[in-house]
Amino acid sequence: MVEFRRDNNSIICILSGVLDATEHIDTSYTKLCDQKIQILGKDIKSWNTDFVILLFNSLKHISKNNITYSQLPKGMEKLLRLAFQTPYKENNNFQTKLSFLENVGNWGISIYRSAKKGTLFICDSLSALGRQFVKKAVYRRKDFWMVLADCGPKSISIVSLISFMVGLILAFVGAIQLKTFGAQIYVASLVTIGMTRIMGAIMTGVIMAGRTGASYAATIGTMQVNEELDALQTMGISGTEFLVLPRMNALLLSMPILILISDIMGILGGCFVCVVFWDIPLAEYIKYTINSFALTNFLVGVFHGIVFGLIIALCGCYFGVNCGRNADSVGTSTTNAVVYAIVWMIVMTGLLTVIFQMLGI
Amino acid sequence: MQQNSIIRVENLSIGYEDKVIMRDLSFNIPKGDIFIIMGGSGCGKSTLLRTLTGLIPAKAGKIWIQNIDFINSGTKEKLEIMKHSGILYQSGALFSSMTLAENVALPLQQYTSYLPNKIRQIVSFKLALVGLAGYEDYYPSEISGGMRKRAGLARALALDPEIVYFDEPSAGLDPVSSRNLDDLILEVNKTFGTTIIVVTHELPSIFAIGKNGIFLDKTIKTISAKGNPNELLKNPPNEQVFEFLTRGVKYEKRTK
Repeated sequence: MVEFRRDNNSIICILSGVLDATEHIDTSYTKLCDQKIQILGKDIKSWNTDFVILLFNSLKHISKNNITYSQLPKGMEKLLRLAFQTPYKENNNFQTKLSFLENVGNWGISIYRSAKKGTLFICDSLSALGRQFVKKAVYRRKDFWMVLADCGPKSISIVSLISFMVGLILAFVGAIQLKTFGAQIYVASLVTIGMTRIMGAIMTGVIMAGRTGASYAATIGTMQVNEELDALQTMGISGTEFLVLPRMNALLLSMPILILISDIMGILGGCFVCVVFWDIPLAEYIKYTINSFALTNFLVGVFHGIVFGLIIALCGCYFGVNCGRNADSVGTSTTNAVVYAIVWMIVMTGLLTVIFQMLGI
Repeated sequence: MQQNSIIRVENLSIGYEDKVIMRDLSFNIPKGDIFIIMGGSGCGKSTLLRTLTGLIPAKAGKIWIQNIDFINSGTKEKLEIMKHSGILYQSGALFSSMTLAENVALPLQQYTSYLPNKIRQIVSFKLALVGLAGYEDYYPSEISGGMRKRAGLARALALDPEIVYFDEPSAGLDPVSSRNLDDLILEVNKTFGTTIIVVTHELPSIFAIGKNGIFLDKTIKTISAKGNPNELLKNPPNEQVFEFLTRGVKYEKRTK
């Protein structure tokens, strides 16, 4: 039981009986920080740390010079003395409240800074991309083959699976609508044009952003944490050439091939649905597919893919290089790399679509 | 101005972005010295090292390395200076996708036109110097932390540098490995006459290897003591240095 008693200028806090977390402490006494307080034990039967925690929290504003202890159990007094040894500090880690205008200003500055940093990075990377044809770039061929293997052959299965599914879905959705006009056979055209012109590229892009872009950001980010990027810099080796260039090359090389595979798998998916579910003869489907296939569409798709490859590599490497120095920021970088890559891919798709429209392609 | 100083720092201010951590740093590092940058945690030792190695820009002041103005020099001159210095990072900073031999070979491939066969010989020799003979084809993940640091040292020594920087060499090492690394540092210093700059707060290392040094004080944001750590312990110039070097013995209680 906890009792408070006023005695001249000081307060006596009397503890007795069984002391545990259910104890009620009258806070009206404990708020006075400049009061002297005596903590007095009177036949305490038992106590536990839960009670000490409770007591400390209601007395924590009082400085240690104002507290005296008497007749307390030894362990309890020691615990309290330890807890009170440093003066209690109000949470001083608060952020000063900024006004609305200051917030807008800070936001503007940070956007300006990151835009500048990003633009510099893109310029640097693209110039390295061009420079490699003029003079030998400093990166290990082995590294290039390793990243190429990762974003090329090892990605084929997942790209194939997803593209097959997308072809399947396109065919299903399209067929239901076209059936009302009795024009189911045009599903073949729908799937072929849809896959080759844009869906193949977008699906491959999204898969590669999640697979390869994330891995670039995580790998380079971990290298940053591990001071490997510093080591490169102090060895006079350009990180852009050593790390970014092989990754860009690998993606730029593998994207067109992956898109070709994606297109084929999508068309096969459409074919599967038509032949198995909608009883369209295989020969008919093939005929309509060949009729509606246009090289321009395919090349537009591949062009998209190359642009996407560049975006994925740049986003992955940028967020990796600009990663902080702890595990948490590697996670943030990876997330950012994927999110930004996908957002920029969609933005670029919109832009390219408008441009191609205007060019009449 | 001392003729034989290999690094000269004048009124240097260091920090990150908008924050200045240390100001008015001035010191000379004579050629062939073992120079310790001491100070409590978070006082800016590593920041000073990163500024000296050109990883972050200085806020103000001058750095001369081998009589070349390091801060105002162009990229090419900086590279020339960096070619003559090796750095052992806190974690070793070995490239995890490369074997030890490839790691050590990297600076050689970058700066020399040696044939692969000669590079391989140099690499084996440097690895043997740090006690890792025969570990050429191991990956950094396959060896212990102490070995990783030694491999990092082999890479730092690859180009026979005139200056070697050590960032917390004993961090994360057991006492024996730490001692071995200290011996290795002394050995390198004696054998090649290499100037060695060590950032550390490990007391046994400081007394074992330090010939000279500075003490960075967080409270006054600048150097509060200079000189041989053993001398500093005998005649502590101020409270902070004494407490630091005696592992927290209160200044008033000193036995003098």
